[in-house]
Amino acid sequence: MFNKTGVATKSMVEQKLPSKQRREKGPYAIFECFQEIPCNPCSTACKSNAVKAFKNINDIPEINYDNCTGCGLCVSACPGLACFIIDETYSDKEVMLKMPYEFLPLPEVASTIDALDREGNAVGKAKVLKVQDNKNLDHTNVITISVPKEIFLDVRSIGLGRG
Amino acid sequence: MLHTEIAIIGGGPAGMCAAIAAAGQGARVTLFDRGKRLGGQLVKQTHRFFGSEKEYAGTRGVDIAKILYDQIEKNKLIDVKTDATVLAFYNDGVITYEEGKSYKRMTSEKTIIAAGAAEKMLLFSNNDLPGVYGAGAVQTLMNEHGIVPGNNVLMVGAGNIGLIVSYQLMQAGVKVKAIIDAAPKIGGFLVHASKVRRLGVPILTSHTIKEAVGKEFVEGAVICELDEKWQPIPGADKKLDVDIICLAVGLSPQSELLRHTGCDMKYVPSLGGYVPLRDENLQTTASGVYVAGDSAEVEEASSAMVEGTIAGLSAAEALGYGRNVSDLKDSFKKDLNTLRAGAVGEKIRSGLKILNC
Ligand SMILES: Cc1cc2nc3c(=O)[nH]c(=O)nc-3n(C[C@H](O)[C@H](O)[C@H](O)COP(=O)(O)OP(=O)(O)OC[C@H]3O[C@@H](n4cnc5c(N)ncnc54)[C@H](O)[C@@H]3O)c2cc1C
Ligand code: SF4
Ligand code: SF4
Repeated sequence: MFNKTGVATKSMVEQKLPSKQRREKGPYAIFECFQEIPCNPCSTACKSNAVKAFKNINDIPEINYDNCTGCGLCVSACPGLACFIIDETYSDKEVMLKMPYEFLPLPEVASTIDALDREGNAVGKAKVLKVQDNKNLDHTNVITISVPKEIFLDVRSIGLGRG
Repeated sequence: MLHTEIAIIGGGPAGMCAAIAAAGQGARVTLFDRGKRLGGQLVKQTHRFFGSEKEYAGTRGVDIAKILYDQIEKNKLIDVKTDATVLAFYNDGVITYEEGKSYKRMTSEKTIIAAGAAEKMLLFSNNDLPGVYGAGAVQTLMNEHGIVPGNNVLMVGAGNIGLIVSYQLMQAGVKVKAIIDAAPKIGGFLVHASKVRRLGVPILTSHTIKEAVGKEFVEGAVICELDEKWQPIPGADKKLDVDIICLAVGLSPQSELLRHTGCDMKYVPSLGGYVPLRDENLQTTASGVYVAGDSAEVEEASSAMVEGTIAGLSAAEALGYGRNVSDLKDSFKKDLNTLRAGAVGEKIRSGLKILNC
């Protein structure tokens, strides 16, 4: 089905999540990369040895969550824009998400914008916490938002149009 | 008549890497490109590339072109001829070309053909209406010249090119109404598909275009759904309000110059069309003529760069240049195999098997 839609299902995403204990500890990366493709920048970008070394460049990345610090280096390094950072410990009601964003204008810090799911549907509102657009990111800017806990597994994009 | 040791036809990633590799061994190289600057497809690619770090993965195509160009510019053994279209390759080894407005001739000891590929066209009514573009033209307009082609786009083809150009159109503020593909599955990398889906663009597989609507220019498109046998389902036509129909339905290797050399060619659909037989050094059956990149098989810039390097090293070695060239070549041959080792490399692997039979 995924190869018809390009939209990962909930169960595909859940399989990529770390253990419950790890999720309760703080920020972690999720790699929504499900297909063998000749690509490896995530593994070379990670400075914490959290992405297991590729035997073959076509390997699907595997994460050692004991080593993942949630630093976010992989978010802007991944050409597939498939890496996101999730922090479920952000607050009681909200989860923090970091995502790559290659559009202009950039959202404004502290503004409220649409939180979009994997099909581009607005599923709620997001607060913009941080906008990183330094040179090292090479135009794959990183946006940090907070969203209601109920939708953090669905939100993978932002919309400024109707925000 | 002018003479060079190695003539390289085409200054895309394959030709540029061939020049760097051959000159690196000490050979004198002439690098031809019909464009005003080197880079081939790379100069239109504003997205980050896949591949391995050795082939600049994670770097944007346009920046890879700069990195390679800097190496070429510094190398005195490489003579770059831009705005120089190679017209013919004669069986006495003479290459003719048009440089600017003048017609010139040159001989070479070895020749590497790295002329890239050409876009395929699609048959549907009114396909000659202004507003029907190839994806390459849209990219050239947008990414090289900063011109937005229109406001609402129908993208035909959900391979990597269709997906990436759709994404780039959205970055330029153009609305992509839909991406359609006749195949039942998305052909491009699914991470690219996910990228455009989360921006709200529908991808309709098992769909094709029937007709471009409009009198003077495109004002719409009629698309229809296909059944499992790729036949249109009656009554399933839909009309989309678009002013651009962008075709990204595949490439075929540019084979004209290869034909001039008299080398043996074979029709292999999974490699893009007619492609030359070659040995592991990428030499064709025409002695001294090598091939690399999309002219050899429609693939990726990463593999084009490795192939260019292998062809450049081989041509230089055949002229007696270099030391330990075979070790170096072996390591690049290994790289090429690893790039093709995965599931998406299956198409190329099976095609190469057919070619060698
Ligand atoms: C939208 C898009 C996205 C892509 N994304 C990726 C990606 O993410 N990763 C990846 O690895 N690859 C990607 N590719 C593929 C990649 O761009 C090509 O595979 C690669 O450019 C092929 O290199 P080449 O040198 O063989 O050919 P080209 O880049 O096409 O270069 C051929 C050159 O030859 C010149 N030429 C042709 N005929 C003549 C002649 N008679 N005389 C003189 N000069 C001539 C042309 O002007 C051209 O400059 C993408 C391609 C497209 C279109
Ligand atoms: S978030 Fe940091 S530590 Fe974790 S995988 Fe990404 S780069 Fe590595
Ligand atoms: S860099 Fe991104 S697309 Fe490439 S393998 Fe890693 S996660 Fe997948």
